[in-house]
Amino acid sequence: MTAAVARRSDLRFRIGLNLRSIVGRAYPRVIGANREPSWIFFEAVLPLLSIAAYVFIYRTIALNQVAANPVDAPRILANMNALVASVVLGGAMVAFWLNVLWSMASQLYWEKEIGNLQLYMMAPMNRMALLGGMAVGGMFMTSVRAVSTLVAGVVVFGVVFQVANPLMLLAVFFVTLVALYGLGMFFASLYLLWGREAWNLSALMEEPIFFSSGFYFPLGGLYQSGGWGSAVAVLGSIIPAGLGLDALRQLTLGETAFGGKFWVLSAPVELEILVVLAVGFLILARYALAYLETLAKREGKLTSRHQ
Amino acid sequence: MPYAVETRDLTRVFAGKKKHWWRKPKPNEEESRGPVTALDGVSLQIHEGELFGLLGPNGAGKTTLIKILATLLLPTSGMAFVAGNDVTKDPFPIRQRINMVSGGETSGYGLLTTRENIWMFSQFYGVPSKVSKARIDELMHAFGLWDKRDAKVRLISSGQRQKMNMIRGFVTEPDILFLDEPTLGLDVNAARTIREYVMNWVRGQSGKTVLLTTHYMAEADEMCDRIAIIDKGKILACDTPENLKRMIHTQTTFRLEVDPLQDTSTFQRMDGVVNFSLRDDASKNRTELTFILENEAPVAEILSAITAQGAKVHALRKTEPTLEDVFISMVGRGFE
Ligand SMILES: Nc1ncnc2c1ncn2[C@@H]1O[C@H](COP(=O)(O)OP(=O)(O)OP(=O)(O)O)[C@@H](O)[C@H]1O
Ligand SMILES: [Mg+2]
Repeated sequence: MTAAVARRSDLRFRIGLNLRSIVGRAYPRVIGANREPSWIFFEAVLPLLSIAAYVFIYRTIALNQVAANPVDAPRILANMNALVASVVLGGAMVAFWLNVLWSMASQLYWEKEIGNLQLYMMAPMNRMALLGGMAVGGMFMTSVRAVSTLVAGVVVFGVVFQVANPLMLLAVFFVTLVALYGLGMFFASLYLLWGREAWNLSALMEEPIFFSSGFYFPLGGLYQSGGWGSAVAVLGSIIPAGLGLDALRQLTLGETAFGGKFWVLSAPVELEILVVLAVGFLILARYALAYLETLAKREGKLTSRHQ
Repeated sequence: MPYAVETRDLTRVFAGKKKHWWRKPKPNEEESRGPVTALDGVSLQIHEGELFGLLGPNGAGKTTLIKILATLLLPTSGMAFVAGNDVTKDPFPIRQRINMVSGGETSGYGLLTTRENIWMFSQFYGVPSKVSKARIDELMHAFGLWDKRDAKVRLISSGQRQKMNMIRGFVTEPDILFLDEPTLGLDVNAARTIREYVMNWVRGQSGKTVLLTTHYMAEADEMCDRIAIIDKGKILACDTPENLKRMIHTQTTFRLEVDPLQDTSTFQRMDGVVNFSLRDDASKNRTELTFILENEAPVAEILSAITAQGAKVHALRKTEPTLEDVFISMVGRGFE
C-alpha cells in the first residue's frame, strides 16, 4: 500500500489557498448581484424613497426661508444643496451599513442553519479568508447599489458635488469600507455563539445607528447639540460610517459647506482615526473568531443540531 | 504507519440546557435538560484503505463521532487522531486530508449552479480552478448529474442535490472521507450509484479510507470491510460483517407476525431466549416479533404464550442472521 498523497503546507501554498478561498466565498455574492435583476431594482429604488423624504423636508424648509428672506437666497440654497447631498451620500452608505449588519454579522448564523458553516470550518482555509471573502463579495454587491443611489441622487435631486481631492476621497472611502467590514467581521464572530440573540441585536442596531452616525444629516450638528446629543454622536462615531461619512461630505461638498460649522474633525484627522479603527476591528475580529470558534467547538454550537 | 483514524477512550458530553430565571421550563423539559453523554469511552482503530462502517440507531452518537474527527467538535475527554494528527492540537493537516458529506445536507447557495457550488467548496481546499473544473466534469458524468450541471441548486431535486454533495466530497481528493448516512432518503437507483462509487473509490486505488455511518443494515453489510456497532455512545462490537453474523451463528432467528400483544415480559424470562425485539405495524394492526434463540426448543412455548393471550399468529419464519439480529441479540431492541 502506498502512502497517501503528499500535502503541501508551505507559505506559498497557504497564500494561494487563502486567496482562492476569498475568491470562492466572494463569488456567490458577486454573481448573486447580477443573477437576480429584480434585486438590483429593489436595492437601488427602495433607498431612494427614504432619501426622498429627507430631501423634500430640507427643500421645503429652504424654500420657506427664501420666501421670508429673498436677499439671502444664494446662501440658503447652497446650504440646501449641501444638506441634500449629505442625505444622498448617507443613503448610499446606508447600503453598506445594512450589508454589514445583515450579510456580514448575521450571515454566519444563517450559514449554520443551512449547513454551510460546518463545511467552511472543516476546510483548511484560514477563517479570516472566509470572513474576508464575505466582506469582499459584500462590498462589491453593495457598491452596485450605492453607485446607483448616488447616480439617482444626482439625476433626480440635482445634487452638485465638488471634488477637490479625489485621491483623498478614494482613500477615505476605501478605509471606511475596510473599517466598516472589519466591524462586520467582528460581529460575525460573536454570532457564532449567540445565534438568534445576536439576530435581534442586529435588528436593534439598525435604526439608532442611522441616527447616531448621522446617515441623513451632518454628524457635527449632533456633536454640537450638547448633553446627550453629543454623547450619542461620539458613540455613533465608533461605527466607522459616522466619521467616514463626515470626511466624505467634507471632501465632496468643500470644507466651507454649512459655513464650515458642522464638521466633527478635519478630514485628514478622521482618515487617521479610521485607519486605526480599521486595523483595530480586523485584529479584534481575528482574535474574537479564534476564541469563539474554540468555545463553539467545545459547546457543540458550531454545527446546527439537526445535521 | 499510523491508523487513518484512531480514538482512545473518546468521550463527549453535551451540557444540558442552562436554567434561566426568566424562562419557565416547559412540562417535559425537566428530563431533557440534563447532560447527554453522546460518546462514552470509544476506542477504535481504522486502517488506511478500509471502508469502515458505524452502525447504530438514532442518537447512538455516530454523527458526534464524525464531527469530532472532522475537527468540528472537541472531545470532552479522551483522544482522537486522524492520519496521525491530534484533532484538538493539529487540525490543519487533518483538514487538508479529509472531507465530509452528510445525508440530507442543504449546503451551498441556491442561486449558484451545481457546478459553481462544487467549485466554490473546492476553492477552500486550494484546488486550482482548472483542476477543479476538470474533476467536477468527470465526477458529474460518474454520478449521472451531467445534465444538471448548469441548473441552479434551488431548482434541483433532493436526490440530485445529494449527488452534488457527494461530488463536493470527492472533488478535493481527500485521503479520508466521512460519509454520514449518504443514502438517506434516496431512491434505489441513486443509492446504488453512490454505494458503488464509494466502494470503487476505496478499493480501486490505494491509501483511501472511508468512514460511513448508516442505519441501513444491508448497506453496511454490502459495503463495509469492518463494522462497529454503536449504541448509546458505546461500541458494542467491531468486526467484519461475516464475523459479526457468525457471533450469533449458533443462535437461531425467528420472525413472527402476530396480533398486538398485551404482555411481552414473559418472553424475557423463558429459557433459551437470548433476546427479542418487537415492532408494531400500525397499518396492518399487527406486531412483528424477532427472537434470537439458543436453539429451536423455546418456539413451542413462545407460540403457546401468544395464543394464551388470545392473539393469533399470522406468520412464522426462520431467517438467516442479519446484522440487525446481531444488534437485537446485544441490546434487546431493533433499529426502528
Ligand atoms: N449540539 C448538541 N447539543 C446537545 N446534544 C447533542 C448535540 N448534538 C448531539 N446531541 C445529542 O447527542 C446524542 C447523539 O447524537 P448523534 O447526532 O451523534 O446521534 P446519531 O447516531 O448521529 O443519530 P442519528 O442516527 O439520528 O443521526 C443524542 O442524544 C443527541 O441529542
Ligand atoms: Mg446522525
